[in-house]
Amino acid sequence: MPAEVKERQYQGKVHQLSRDLMNAWMAQLARANETGEPTGAIMISGNCVELLRAFDIHPIFPEVTALQNAIRHQSLPLILKAEEVGYSSDSCADVKADMGLFLSGGMGPGTKMPYPTVTLCNYVGCNVYVKWFEHLAAATGSELFMLDVPFLRTSEPTAADVRYVVKQIEELIAVLERISKKKFDIDKLREILRYSVRAEEGYARSKDLCKGSPAPFDSYFDAINMMGPINVLRGTREAADFFDEAVKEFEGMVAEKVGPLSEERFRMVVEGPPPYPYYRSFRNLFTKWGAVAVASTYSTVGGIWEWGFRHDPARPLESIAEQMLTENLTNRSIVARYGQIKRYVEEWKADCLVIHSIKSCRLFSAGQGDMREYFTKELGVPTLLVESDLEDPRYYAEAQLRNRIDAFFESLEHKKLVAA
Amino acid sequence: MKVDQTIERCRELIAEPLGAIAERWKESHPGGRAVACFPVWSPAEVIHAGGMLPLGLLGAGATVELTHADSRFQSFVCSIAKSSLELGFQGLLKGVDGLVFSNICDVARNLSSIYKRNFPHFHVDYLHLAQNSTSGGVADYMADELRRLARGFEEAFGVRVTEPSLAKSIELYNAIRARIRGLYAFRIAEPQKLSTVELYQILRAATQAPPEEALSRLDDLAAELPAREGRPKDRIRVVVEGAFCEQPPLGLLEVLEEAGCYIVEDDLFLGWRWFTSDVPADGDPFRALGQSYVGRAVPSCTRHEGRESRAKGLIEKVRRSRADAVIFTPAKFCEPALFDFVPMRQGLEREGIPQLLVEFEEKMWTFERTRNEIETFVESMLFD
Ligand code: SF4
Ligand code: SF4
Repeated sequence: MPAEVKERQYQGKVHQLSRDLMNAWMAQLARANETGEPTGAIMISGNCVELLRAFDIHPIFPEVTALQNAIRHQSLPLILKAEEVGYSSDSCADVKADMGLFLSGGMGPGTKMPYPTVTLCNYVGCNVYVKWFEHLAAATGSELFMLDVPFLRTSEPTAADVRYVVKQIEELIAVLERISKKKFDIDKLREILRYSVRAEEGYARSKDLCKGSPAPFDSYFDAINMMGPINVLRGTREAADFFDEAVKEFEGMVAEKVGPLSEERFRMVVEGPPPYPYYRSFRNLFTKWGAVAVASTYSTVGGIWEWGFRHDPARPLESIAEQMLTENLTNRSIVARYGQIKRYVEEWKADCLVIHSIKSCRLFSAGQGDMREYFTKELGVPTLLVESDLEDPRYYAEAQLRNRIDAFFESLEHKKLVAA
Repeated sequence: MKVDQTIERCRELIAEPLGAIAERWKESHPGGRAVACFPVWSPAEVIHAGGMLPLGLLGAGATVELTHADSRFQSFVCSIAKSSLELGFQGLLKGVDGLVFSNICDVARNLSSIYKRNFPHFHVDYLHLAQNSTSGGVADYMADELRRLARGFEEAFGVRVTEPSLAKSIELYNAIRARIRGLYAFRIAEPQKLSTVELYQILRAATQAPPEEALSRLDDLAAELPAREGRPKDRIRVVVEGAFCEQPPLGLLEVLEEAGCYIVEDDLFLGWRWFTSDVPADGDPFRALGQSYVGRAVPSCTRHEGRESRAKGLIEKVRRSRADAVIFTPAKFCEPALFDFVPMRQGLEREGIPQLLVEFEEKMWTFERTRNEIETFVESMLFD
């Protein structure tokens, strides 16, 4: 086996900047609790955070809170708390971690996480969202708005789909006006969307730079540094500036031909969310093989910007509707996702596909065996499927994962040698 | 007695593979098309209005061995998704031309596109049924969605779905639903005369036959059931909740009854009796049907009901059917049922209504543990 690959001592700014921005957002939420400013709970997938921002309503992302708790190894007691009141061990653990936070008093007055004033269920693909936000609204007594986004079941959304979503957005605006006691100002929304566009541009450009070899960052493991700013903070000047910095840094790395590892030996596309409770350990299993994700589907749950879609400040509501309907991963069919991955494999010149199947998340996972069939049998792309969870540490079996991953890369390496 | 013969006929019908039923119907309807609907609700009326045969795609129970589908869907996915796909792999849907799925859960959604990919000869449609019940845009949206479905059939099969034919089909299905409501009311009144195992078979057979035939069978039953003999037994009256998609094995329903329960309400075949009252057949029938999906809906785990608490519909069911308790029967891994269990149980607790949780899988075949659990539960209630 060749010399072991190590993670490079990364000196860049992106990671720290992202952390600072996210901390500032959390601090704002904690302050909102004290000052009584309105807050809105919203989901990541194909979100319309700009609308909350247009009314100065602080966005709360329960998914982000749940995942932050997982990465800090604090999710299990929350999950267990929820299971005590009847949540099944077989259902999405993100919901359980969030409801567990509520049940254990970690949300609401006197905590860092306020109750939402409005619970805005952007039902974009994931059916669990509906349940989650029904429960959250009932628990916190907040007003629930169900923004029903028709699933993308035709190649383009139908005119009826667009009309229905725009109509609901108008209805939502009336609710937000009442809650925030502010009049809707379309010019303010346009300005917010201009910041969104800058961030989208930067995120897309960053991903594009991963076509270079070595890729300047790992588009799966490092992408979470960008997923905060693009999904949570989109529409702010800070997020737009962040991506300017990120692009500058990544361009510099491309010029210097440096990537996240000491050597990029395998280029992979990764499908499925990461195991947040064991983020680092899981990453290490790939690092030692010099495997770098050059593209990932998870990084597109909030929006797919790499194919060119941008919000349009000239058509604010319509373009928000379009983004929710088509330009995000979760509102598209799993088979449409095969097409997305295929493009990644081809255009980002990947050697293999790694599917991380998540027990919690049937939206992502149900049917990934079929995906593996397609990539191995029909396209001849070496594909590895491993299973664990994004939130629940009980489903992470490190030894088993290591064996599967080692065997997979050993065989890839062997193929490479034979081909050479 | 004729009732027993009718139920026997239902039993035979549901033992047949869906494809065979479709093929047989096509023999007398040359050039006809059959379209199978995955739970929970599909507008069978739209299919029927195009001269096609609507059928229920309800998984395979324990009748097939999974040889392909379990490599497509992981261990943590419900069985109906796998066995429904397996039916395709084993050619047991040969004769069926179209499949309709809807946004009941993430599994059904993925299954729909995986079906399309693996079996391109099927016309597969995926309906997005409205989850916002209060938007001013919902009726238009639903009408358009049903029209889109109809256009899909027209393009794929060369059929025509006209407004007058849809209005007629709505009337036919209204009649069927009225009969089913009648059977449910009958079972509430005299559960000793109609067991749930029997009602299950009757309903399931109605999803596996031309609606005209189903209606005439239901008419026969309605006429003859009241005269049936049946001595009341010492049982508790229960509502069964959670079996709206994956089908509970008949053995499970049998055990529930034998262990001392009269099932007086349930959510079996919910989609085939979705409307609480008749769908208006005048005006634009697409709009009437679509609007009724939202406005005349039975409470369901797969539809958002505004600010109504999840438990409300269930508690109403308990009261209406004079039930003593609720038995939750979510299919294993069924997220809509498992999530709703939490607020529903809390609601029952607040009302002091006893409840028991019994998970199942369609392929389950031993019920002894379940029998013990239910017997203990029943005893605790009878002798409390
Ligand atoms: S099912 Fe997946 S997308 Fe949906 S809430 Fe759970 S983790 Fe998120
Ligand atoms: S049984 Fe439940 S999880 Fe499975 S397809 Fe039906 S609704 Fe979805």
